[in-house]
Amino acid sequence: MAQTTLKSRSRQIYKPKLARQVKEKVIEFILFLAAFSSVATTVAILYILIKESFLFFQEVPIVDFLTGTKWTPLFVNPQYGILPLLSGTLMSAGVALAVAIPMGTIAAIYLSEFATKRVREIAKPALELLAAIPTVVYGYFALLYVTPFLQNFFPKLPGFNILAAGLVMGLMIIPFISSISEDAMSAVPVGLREGSYAMGATKLQTALKVVFSAAISGISSSYILGTSRAVGETMIVAIAAGLRPNLTWNPFDQAATITAFIVQVSLGDLPHGTIAYQTIFAAGLTLVLMTLLLNIIGHFLAKTYREIY
Amino acid sequence: MVINNSHEQITSIPKAEVADLDFYYGSFHALKGINMTLPEHSVTALIGPSGCGKTTFLRCFNRMHDLYPGNRYEGSIWLDKDTNILGRKVDPIEVRMRISMVFQRPNPFPKSIYENVAYGLRVRGENNRRLMDEKIEDALRVSALWDEVKDRLNESAYNLSGGQQQRLCIARALVADPEIVLFDEPTSALDPIATASIEELMSTLKDRVTILIVTHSMQQAARISDHTAFMYLGELIEFGRTKDVFNKPLNQQTEDYISGRIG
Ligand SMILES: Nc1ncnc2c1ncn2[C@@H]1O[C@H](COP(=O)(O)OP(=O)(O)OP(=O)(O)O)[C@@H](O)[C@H]1O
Ligand SMILES: [Mg+2]
Repeated sequence: MAQTTLKSRSRQIYKPKLARQVKEKVIEFILFLAAFSSVATTVAILYILIKESFLFFQEVPIVDFLTGTKWTPLFVNPQYGILPLLSGTLMSAGVALAVAIPMGTIAAIYLSEFATKRVREIAKPALELLAAIPTVVYGYFALLYVTPFLQNFFPKLPGFNILAAGLVMGLMIIPFISSISEDAMSAVPVGLREGSYAMGATKLQTALKVVFSAAISGISSSYILGTSRAVGETMIVAIAAGLRPNLTWNPFDQAATITAFIVQVSLGDLPHGTIAYQTIFAAGLTLVLMTLLLNIIGHFLAKTYREIY
Repeated sequence: MVINNSHEQITSIPKAEVADLDFYYGSFHALKGINMTLPEHSVTALIGPSGCGKTTFLRCFNRMHDLYPGNRYEGSIWLDKDTNILGRKVDPIEVRMRISMVFQRPNPFPKSIYENVAYGLRVRGENNRRLMDEKIEDALRVSALWDEVKDRLNESAYNLSGGQQQRLCIARALVADPEIVLFDEPTSALDPIATASIEELMSTLKDRVTILIVTHSMQQAARISDHTAFMYLGELIEFGRTKDVFNKPLNQQTEDYISGRIG
C-alpha cells in the first residue's frame, strides 16, 4: 500500500517524463555553450598567435630569436633577439615577487592565525582593495613618486627603472598572494591546530609548522598566480621601467618587458603583414608559453601537495 | 541536589585533584561544582550521556578552552598538590607540556611519520638527532606501532590506516614524557580491531603516565579503566573504582545509565 501511494504521489509532483527530458537537454546545451565559448576563445587566440608567429619564424630563424642579444625590429637593420625583453620581464617580475611573496605570506599568516575577528574584517577587504586599483595608477605612482623617492638614496637611478616598477608591481600583487594563502590557511581543520596546541606549541609554532605546511598547496598556487600576474603585467612596467629593450640583470637600469614592447608596437600604426608587425605575435607567444609553463608547474605542485588532512 | 558520589576511599596517590570546578562557555554553565581526584598511574574513565560535559571537563586539564574567547573557569585543578592548572599565573603552554592529549579523530600533521612524533620534541627546542631518534623509537614502541612503521619513517603519516594514525597520535602525545595523557573517545572513529589494539595499549601505558579517558562505550570503560566517573548534565554524579561503580552504583541515575535506560 505504501508503494502505491508513493507512486501516485510522484506522478503528481513530477512533470511528464518527456517534458522533463527536453528541459534537461536544453539546459545542458546552454551550459555546454557557455563552457565551450571560453575554450573556443582560448583556442582561437592560440591559433592566431601560432599562425602569425609561424610567418615570423619563416623570416627569422628561431635560434636567432631565442639567443639574439639585440631587439631592434624597427631599425633599418632589424635584429630579433628576445633576450633583452626576457631579461626585462624576468627582472621586473623578480623584484615584484621579492616584495609580494614575503609580504603576502606574512599578511596571510597574520590574518588567518593572529588577527582578531574585527581586525580581519577590516584588514582583509582593505588589502583586497589594492588589487582593485587600476594598474595605470600604479604605473604613475611608480614613475612620479617611487622613482624620485628612490633617487634620494640612489642619485644615479634613471627616471625609468626596473626597481621602482618592480616594487610597485609587488605591492599590487600582495593581495593576490595573501588572499588565496589566507583562504588556504583558514581552511586547515581546527583539529590540526588543536593537535599542535595540545603538544605545547605556541601560536607562532602552530602557524608556521602545522598550518602553513598543511596549506602549502594553496599557498604555492598563490605564488604561481602571483608570478603569472608579474610576468603578464603591462601598464606599470610600460610606464615606469621604460620602453628601451636592454639586456640587463641590474634592477637599477631601465629595460622594456615583453608586454611593454607589445603595447608600444600595437599603439604605433605598423602595416599588417610586415615582419615588424609580426614580432608582437612571436613576443606574445613567448609570453603565453611562459604563463602556460607556470600554470603547469602550479598544477603539478597542487597535485603533489594536495591537501589531504 | 545532594550528590552521593563517595565510594570506598580510593587508596592510590592523587595525581590531580579537581576542586569546585565550574566552567562556562560564555553564559552557558557547562560544568557545575565538580570535585574529583585523578589517581596516579591508573586509568580513569569518564562516562555519561552525550552532551553531559565529558569533553568539556577533559579539556580543562590542558587548558584547551583558553584557545577560544568567552570561556571561563572557576575553581581549581591541582597538579601534584602544588600547581593549580587553572591558576591565572600558570602558563597554559607549560600545562600542555606536562599534560598531553589524544583526540577523537586521528589528527596527524601533514608531515612524515617521524616528524609527527618529533613534533613534541621540536616545539621544546630539541634538535639533537640521536636523542630524538631514541625517544621517537621508544614512543612508537610503546604505542605498538614501531614494527609496522620502522622501515618507512619518512613516509607521509597520511599513508597509514585510521587505527595506525591514532596510534601515531598516541606516540606523539607520549614522546615528551607527559605526566597525564587525556584521551577523548580515542576509538570512536576506529573499527573493532583497531579499537582492541588501542585498548590493549592502555594497560601498558599506565606504568608511565596517568590516564583520563572519555568513552561512550560502557564495555570499554569496564575493560580498561581502574576508576570511573559518571557525569550527567554538567555534574559529576558518581566516582569510584570501576568495579564498584558498575556493580553497585550508589546513585539511581548511574544505575539507569549503566543499564541502558538513559543516554
Ligand atoms: N564551544 C561551545 N560553546 C558553547 N557550548 C558548548 C560548546 N561546546 C560544548 N558546548 C555545550 O556544552 C555541553 C557539554 O558538551 P561536551 O562536548 O562537553 O559534551 P560531551 O559529554 O563530550 O558529549 P559527547 O559525548 O557527545 O561528546 C553541551 O551541552 C554542549 O552543547
Ligand atoms: Mg565529547
